[in-house]
Amino acid sequence: MKIPLLLGPLSKNNPILAQILGICSALAVTAKMEPALVMGVSVTAVTALASLILSALRDAIPNRVRIIVQLVVVSALVIIIDQLLKAFAYDASKQLSVFVGLIITNCIIMGRVEAFALANKPWPSLLDGVGNGLGYAIILLLVAFFRELLGSGALFGARVIPEALYERGYANNGLMILPPAALILVGVIIWIHRARNKELIES
Amino acid sequence: MNKESNRYTFLFSAAMVVVVAVALTVVSTVLQPLQNENAENEKRQNILQSVKVNVSREASREAFAVYITRQFLVNADGQEIPGDAFAVDPAKEMKKPREERRLPVFAARVDGSTKYILPVRGAGLWGPLWGYVALNDDGNAIFGAVFDHKGETPGLGAEITREEFRSRFDGKTIFENDALVAVRVLKGGQANGPHEVDAISGGTITSKGVETMLKNSLACYEPFLKSLP
Repeated sequence: MKIPLLLGPLSKNNPILAQILGICSALAVTAKMEPALVMGVSVTAVTALASLILSALRDAIPNRVRIIVQLVVVSALVIIIDQLLKAFAYDASKQLSVFVGLIITNCIIMGRVEAFALANKPWPSLLDGVGNGLGYAIILLLVAFFRELLGSGALFGARVIPEALYERGYANNGLMILPPAALILVGVIIWIHRARNKELIES
Repeated sequence: MNKESNRYTFLFSAAMVVVVAVALTVVSTVLQPLQNENAENEKRQNILQSVKVNVSREASREAFAVYITRQFLVNADGQEIPGDAFAVDPAKEMKKPREERRLPVFAARVDGSTKYILPVRGAGLWGPLWGYVALNDDGNAIFGAVFDHKGETPGLGAEITREEFRSRFDGKTIFENDALVAVRVLKGGQANGPHEVDAISGGTITSKGVETMLKNSLACYEPFLKSLP
């Protein structure tokens, strides 16, 4: 086992916090926990499988068309995930709508394939893919936790802020439902993360 | 063979495309029935919701059979024509020339009286809107309405799906004397007539989209509604 490959992307090498990749979808699907979870799992599955498949093929792929090959493999996986969601997780697929198709454009996937999978054996590539997917999923869930809690007073669709509080004048924060809130939250998370990991701070 | 030669590159690409195409075809063919069933059950769920029958998507098939007594198509003159009402896409029909339109009607039996459920289709701020309006058997008073949308802004336009907005339509009437006026959606607090409801604050364009959708869609059914006893 190569533990750092799997666990590194969860914190110090996190795709969102340290590499600043995949921000757009982090803004778009984090208004609620459930779509964030489905998105995190889908991206993890795609990065893991794409890294595995492309790493296994790395000696056969002609160098001149390697980006096209990566695109074809990643898009095929994304279409399969989209079809599976429509068949087995219909509500989540409705909420995610276009963002499933846009997993293809998530820079984490192509980034990890190009930077890691094409130069390493399948097993480490798989771990790297899973690790980066999970690192992305964790941040998505963290942002969605605050957005759903403060914006809708709920978690995974279940109300958690008691009715009594609303009666005393508490109101949901409407800004939290809109994408700018995610940008602010991601910024705050990056700030806290860098404050605790000083080596990540650029000079 | 040289990995960087043109020949190898072409062969590799061709083989890759064939493999991927076969894989996608298999996945699509296997999952198609499940996906269609999800979409159809959601449609049944929406139709039932317009007559205030709330069921889960899984249970909608059985409930649909219980509550919906008849489903049929009418032409633009309000006469019944043969065909499968459930399979017809109202959005496409509304774009056709008047005489070719096949308009679905679902008749439901709720609380001992008949309701006519008509599909409505229109456009919001970002994309299509759709819904179902249930009318009492006089073809005038609204019994219930449900709306859905493709991509309206969450918290603003997307609020049209909420019970709070939908219930504003209950009891409104769509005919003024003999003229179809549908239901007007007015800005904050002005609505007090029998054909008016309040819009969603911050969702004016979507609200106006609902108004236009009702007006245009119900206009197609005007002869049918007038033919009701």
